[in-house]
Amino acid sequence: MSGGTQLDNENPQIFQRSGERLWTAEDEDEDIADPIDDREIFDLIRSINDPEHPLSLEDLNVVEQMRVHVSDPESTVTVEFTPTIPHCSMATLIGLSIKVKLLRSLPSRFKIDVHITPGTHASEDAVNKQLADKERVAAALENAQLLEVVNQCLASKLPANLMP
Amino acid sequence: MAANSVLLGLVEEFVSGQQDSKASETATGVKTGQFTVLELVEALGLSLTSSQAQTRGRGVQLLSLVLQECYASLSEREVEVLVAFYENRLKDHYAITPYVLQGIKALTKCPKLPPGLSVSILKSLFQDVHVQSLMLKERSCVYTILLNLMESQEEELKGLGADFVFGFVQAMDGERDPRNLLLAFQIAGNIVHRGYELGKFTEELFEVTSCYFPIDFTPPPSDPHGITQEDLILSLRTVLTGTPRFAEYLLPLIIEKVDSDVQSAKLDSLQTLTACTTLYTHKDLAEFLTGLWTSLRREVFQTASEKVEAASLSALTALTACLSRSVRHSDSEDGLEVFLDLVLRDCQHHLCEPDLKLVWPSAKLLQAAAGASYRASRKIAASVVPLLLEQYSTRTQCAQRRTLLEVVQGFVQPAQNSLPGDGEESILSGFQQPLCSLVFSALSESNTGLRVIASRVLTALGQQPGLLLPSDVELAADHLTRLVLEEDEPQICSAVMDCSCALARLYPDAFASKMIPKLKGEIFSEPMVQDDGSTPAQTQSRQAVRQRCVAALAVMSSKPSVVQESAPILLEVLSSAHAGSGLFSLEEVVSTCHSLQRVAAQAQDTEETGRFFHDIIIPRLLGLALQAALQGEREGAQQSPLTEEAVLSALVPVMSTACSRLQSQMAALTASRAVSLFLDGDVSFLPENDFPSPLQLLKKQSEAWRRSQLVCLLMACVCSMPRSVEIPQIDRLFEELEELSCTSPHPFSYTAAAKCFAGLVNKRPGGDQLDSVLERMMKRISSELDCASSSFRVQAFTLLLWVAKALLIRYHPLSTALTDKLFSLLPDPELADAAAEGFSLLLSDPADVLNRECHADVRIMYRQRFFTENSAKLFQGFYSADKGRKPGYLKALSHIVNHLPRQVQLTELPALLPLLLEALSSPDRRVQLSTLSCLHPVLMDPPPALTPQVDGLVSHLLKLTTSPGMAVRIASLRCLHALSRLPEHMILPFRARVIRALAKALDDRKRLVRKEAVEARGEWFLVGCPGR
Repeated sequence: MSGGTQLDNENPQIFQRSGERLWTAEDEDEDIADPIDDREIFDLIRSINDPEHPLSLEDLNVVEQMRVHVSDPESTVTVEFTPTIPHCSMATLIGLSIKVKLLRSLPSRFKIDVHITPGTHASEDAVNKQLADKERVAAALENAQLLEVVNQCLASKLPANLMP
Repeated sequence: MAANSVLLGLVEEFVSGQQDSKASETATGVKTGQFTVLELVEALGLSLTSSQAQTRGRGVQLLSLVLQECYASLSEREVEVLVAFYENRLKDHYAITPYVLQGIKALTKCPKLPPGLSVSILKSLFQDVHVQSLMLKERSCVYTILLNLMESQEEELKGLGADFVFGFVQAMDGERDPRNLLLAFQIAGNIVHRGYELGKFTEELFEVTSCYFPIDFTPPPSDPHGITQEDLILSLRTVLTGTPRFAEYLLPLIIEKVDSDVQSAKLDSLQTLTACTTLYTHKDLAEFLTGLWTSLRREVFQTASEKVEAASLSALTALTACLSRSVRHSDSEDGLEVFLDLVLRDCQHHLCEPDLKLVWPSAKLLQAAAGASYRASRKIAASVVPLLLEQYSTRTQCAQRRTLLEVVQGFVQPAQNSLPGDGEESILSGFQQPLCSLVFSALSESNTGLRVIASRVLTALGQQPGLLLPSDVELAADHLTRLVLEEDEPQICSAVMDCSCALARLYPDAFASKMIPKLKGEIFSEPMVQDDGSTPAQTQSRQAVRQRCVAALAVMSSKPSVVQESAPILLEVLSSAHAGSGLFSLEEVVSTCHSLQRVAAQAQDTEETGRFFHDIIIPRLLGLALQAALQGEREGAQQSPLTEEAVLSALVPVMSTACSRLQSQMAALTASRAVSLFLDGDVSFLPENDFPSPLQLLKKQSEAWRRSQLVCLLMACVCSMPRSVEIPQIDRLFEELEELSCTSPHPFSYTAAAKCFAGLVNKRPGGDQLDSVLERMMKRISSELDCASSSFRVQAFTLLLWVAKALLIRYHPLSTALTDKLFSLLPDPELADAAAEGFSLLLSDPADVLNRECHADVRIMYRQRFFTENSAKLFQGFYSADKGRKPGYLKALSHIVNHLPRQVQLTELPALLPLLLEALSSPDRRVQLSTLSCLHPVLMDPPPALTPQVDGLVSHLLKLTTSPGMAVRIASLRCLHALSRLPEHMILPFRARVIRALAKALDDRKRLVRKEAVEARGEWFLVGCPGR
């Protein structure tokens, strides 16, 4: 690891990746409409890069498919994410990255709710409040530095399979 | 004297007149013998002794230039004098040195260098020249001199001892130019590899080269010299890893550089480590093993990039292999043992940590070390496998068990180097029993992942001799049968199929006797409920089970003994379907044909299987098809599925695969049988030959399409034979096929007849016979096509297309006439569409005929050739056609370009782009798709010609993202994604528009489309933003 800067969590636990979605014949069929499902949302966010490690949020188990819920007819998405340690200072940034990724990748009809898995972070309420506030999210993205970090998290540069 | 005055004139003009061209004239003079080198030196006399440094320089330059041209013709004596002269000139004014060096360089290339001269040249060079204060070109000159001498005077140079090394070290110390570095590294490499004495300068030589390690070099933008970082890295690596004497310096350096922050430095260090172990022995490594291990372990545990991890693992393997090779001394301890103890100590305990946190990196390290040699794998397996077995039995969570099983798989899968030698038993033979029971218990678990991994482990166990006892093989067959019958999870199915395939290859008899009968029983078992009481879901699941059984039969069939059991079952399915058992749906019959083809393709190429196919499979298939056709013609009789086009089309590859693999004698027999069946109705070789006569399969009869379509089987048979096989009655065959293809009203029949005709034409040797057949056919086609009222124009066109294809791919001279005919049909009101589509066929490889598997005569690069010969015609046709006819040309063009190799596409692009853009706006979905698919690779690596077209391209592509066709939407989104990689200034103006337009695609009804839309839109968001 590059020396000098202090990392919040120097030795995070690494988890197995779930692999690419298997495409079925129904996905290829023109006549069947596929509703947006949990896995699809999970696929959107699982490859987001962690701000401090060269790992994805899935590797670190920050996001899990069972914590993603979507309802296509009601146009709602709920994502819970779990910071690796309860004092993680990156929680807001991770939440923001997830939120921005979903904003960019989902139709505008969806109402997007991103929050911390209950009981996994010291300042859970504060972070959740920030993430739920539309104007604060918009203001955060006006900040070029913050936008740069978020974009780096969303950039697709890590290889798809780091672990077997 | 005349020659001399000429020479004097030349010298004068060069030296005082500053005319450089005179040098080559002088050289020509010397070469043709007009004057000698001696005369030249005499003529130069005054200039060489002039008091003006510039004049002296000019004089030496002329001499050097001449010597460069004619060094080969110098005598020993001349060389000696010249060398003495040049050595002396090295002491002269610095402005002259460049020319002196050029002269020496020319002389060192001289084949007749007298003994002792090279040493003297080197001495003066090292003494009088300070290399690093010379200019780039002169430094390169010095290195070339050294290289030349090393090539020709190796013995003498070695006689210089360590002085040579010292001189070289001084010469290259501080070199900065990559071009010269390549030369210097080459010299250093020669020193190290060819056994020059390093003496006390070993460390100096190492220092002066290793100061460049790891190399960090970015070539200048236009890259004028073509030197890459890779070249430098590799040539430096050859030097550093070339001798074990560098070990004590190199290994600490590697340990230091692996810790670097720069990934390329890490990689380079690790690869250098891997490279140096080939020469090192335990003695060289011993001191640094702990340090090296710590670095490697750290890199794998903190895996940041796959590349670094892979490089670390292969370095570990190389290191272990090196230690395993080293001879063991009785007095010292075994280096391998000590090192492996270290590895085990650091990794083993991670395998039993409660959270299994570092289990993967540890397992990879252990496996990398074990993969190095038999001895290493034996030691590691002895400590790790029992541990894993115990862990597996104590863990209860599926995910953990799965991880452990995957680790076990890694240990069971043997690496090439650690295979047991003769007389050694498999490293796992001690654990044979517990491993087998572990696998079988995992196969009976309900967890999908666990079963998949278990079947992989089973495959791996089977590959190693002695790890599966006969009773285990039978048990494995039982388990696999059970899984085939019960499991519908696609992942497990494919794992089970792979496992059955591998094991049936190794234990054919066990599988033929255990698994195949059970599968057969399942395929033909009657449904439980006799009447129509079963629900559709039940029928469907029964169908799925049968499909899996059929597929399993196919994958297992590679050994003759299995094929002879499985293929008859598949045939039985076909005949049962034909007999109207109602047990099998049409899709099942088709998929049975596919399975049969798989059997034919993967069955081992032995005399035995060949005979089996020849004697049993091919006649029975033909017989079945014929019976089906005749039965269908009877009034009121039930229609057999074997008259369906889908089934016949699936049978064609079965026949052609089987026929293309027959030995020549059997191939000839099969061909003559097939021909006499189709021409004369000779049914004597068919299994049941109670057919009415005459059969007249190729004759056109009003209601005989069931018979005439069988011509596709004739095609499969005779068109897939090796070219050496003589087809009997070929002329009659040509006549009847032509007749059928031109007059049959049944599309499948006339197409198959045309294909058969084309397939035969392709393989006929050129000559009058072939020409007359073609001439007759051309005449007939032309008259049909030219007559607008003819009802057989489509038929004639089909024949034309296929024969054109057959001739085009073998470069037959007549092919141009045929393709021109196709071009002339592009404005045709009736056939334009078909003709345009035809170009796609013309340049693609058909699946069933005229491809290399069918032994067709296919020349390489026929597509390029076709394009270069015809693109002008196409462009011209397009521009001169009136509006309504243009789409035909666009379609043809888009098909042709789509099939061209990418390299050709790129060079032709500037001319093609406007046309392709026009093709994008065509309403035909196939044209859109074909154009998009040839645009996509172009956009991945955009040429400058694209710049003015970006605006139009974006608009067209955005419009296509709402196309009704899913494939078009996907392809256009991919193109838009590729566009986002263009330079920012070109695409920034479109950012807002693209992002807005793509929002709609995010809500597409198809998931695959949404996936592409998300990727494309995400990239466009980053355009012109910080953090990209």
